[in-house]
Amino acid sequence: MIRTEKLTYTYSQGTPFEKTAVNNVDLHIEEGAFVGIIGHTGSGKSTLIQHLNGLIKPTSGKVFIDGEDIHGKNVKLRDVRFKVGLVFQYPEYQIFEETVAKDIAYGPSNMGLSKEEVDTRVKEAASIVGLPDDLLERSPFELSGGQKRRVAIAGVMAMRPKVLILDEPTAGLDPKGREVILGQISEYHRRSHSTVLLVSHSMEDVALYAEKILVMNKGEVFCYDTPPNVFTKADEIAAIGLSVPQVTKVFGLLRQKGIDIRSDVYTVDFAVKTIREYLEQKGRVS
Amino acid sequence: MLKDITIGQYFPGNSVVHRLDARFKLLITAIFIIMLFASNTFPGLCIALVFFLIAFIASGLSPKLMVKSMKPIIPVIIITSVLNIFFIEGVPLLSIYKFRITDNGLRTSGFMIIRLIALICGSSLLTYTTSPIVLTDAIEQILRPLSKIKFPAHELAMMMTIALRFIPTLLEETDKIMSAQKARGAELDTGSFTQRAKALIPILIPLFVSSFRRAEELALAMECRCYNGGEGRTKLKTLVSGGKDYLALSISLLFLSAVMLIDVGTIGVA
Repeated sequence: MIRTEKLTYTYSQGTPFEKTAVNNVDLHIEEGAFVGIIGHTGSGKSTLIQHLNGLIKPTSGKVFIDGEDIHGKNVKLRDVRFKVGLVFQYPEYQIFEETVAKDIAYGPSNMGLSKEEVDTRVKEAASIVGLPDDLLERSPFELSGGQKRRVAIAGVMAMRPKVLILDEPTAGLDPKGREVILGQISEYHRRSHSTVLLVSHSMEDVALYAEKILVMNKGEVFCYDTPPNVFTKADEIAAIGLSVPQVTKVFGLLRQKGIDIRSDVYTVDFAVKTIREYLEQKGRVS
Repeated sequence: MLKDITIGQYFPGNSVVHRLDARFKLLITAIFIIMLFASNTFPGLCIALVFFLIAFIASGLSPKLMVKSMKPIIPVIIITSVLNIFFIEGVPLLSIYKFRITDNGLRTSGFMIIRLIALICGSSLLTYTTSPIVLTDAIEQILRPLSKIKFPAHELAMMMTIALRFIPTLLEETDKIMSAQKARGAELDTGSFTQRAKALIPILIPLFVSSFRRAEELALAMECRCYNGGEGRTKLKTLVSGGKDYLALSISLLFLSAVMLIDVGTIGVA
């Protein structure tokens, strides 16, 4: 679905401020996957995702979407952008229309769809992110921060992109709001079977929803694997300044104490189950 | 595209020009501008240019930077010089259809080009070598005597500081919003004039909204730190003038009188 070949991007090339943000990235993301992208601030994750819909042209290397080079001669970047929807960080600042419905409709209208089709998509997207119908005719500027964020996310979902990329969609939200938005994104993924890329720096969030995790470090891909495989490398991940989920840490410490327990635990639910099994084995719980 | 704007940019350094007192630099720049517009002869103009060249070499800035600062005003220069060439009366040198190129026209437009370029270069030299905060401080101090006649010198300086401070922030913000709308299929550089103007709405409205938000936040932050105008406010860094400042000022005054003398002399001869 998404493939990059030796993708490299250098900021301010030829000036003293030169900085390579993405370095020689070879990536292959399967269709329909839910991928969590994780890395430090400045690890190149935001730069990488902006390449995937052609907002940034690589300094060298190539990006293929559906096997097509997006900077190829016969490819219109605008079509690529409808195929690969990108939700930026703090997307609520891009809202501009008079009503919520009109703002969500901006993307689909740009696609040249009929009015009916746009309307259905707006309603559908609004319901995915949990915006009640009576909000649709209100001004988006009257809404709360969390609601505005959901309007902005719906605006991209309404284009029904084959790939949905979200750059830290939960930044600045309270824990409840985070859970709600991530749940809705996961629901969208399940229903639409589209590929979802979720950029985050919270391992907890990524561990809970992603099928695969891409760890970026200093502009390079550190690893790209399933969560259990990634979290078994807890020490290496700690060495590049990222942390594994807290439960995984706890289990690592338990192992250090000599308790023979599995190391690939990364959600609280699974942790409870594992501990239960362990104790049952030992015959301490009936 | 937005990254090319260098207005108000400051390039830190440690040259003589960088170290001059900003108030004197402002005065000297003003003197340079007077030189440019007072001289009506080529020798006079040349003296002004020599003055600029000395200052420029002393500043240690790269010539490339100066050329870059010219970019945005090239269209203005071309338009004014073309108008001048064709519409100033004088002895015709060449005529095409109804248009005549006259000796006076050529002369005036030549002057105009040199003056405009030198004007931009001179003021760029000032902003490139002086940090915006120091510069507005200097403006405030120079204008302070006017506060006796209720001229809001401090407020003006504060407004300039804030405006300059937010130029890069707003550029960055514009860039972000443009990317976000492009990701939703906005077409910014194709279509008819009205289409393009309409395509700007999704960029301008979020930009205005965020500017108001920033203004509110800034006002609140200033009030939290008990800002209440210029009255009784002291500076962390005060501007200090020394021998080199007076020397630089004298040199520029010398050049100014040279320009004046040459002009008067030539006019007297002619």
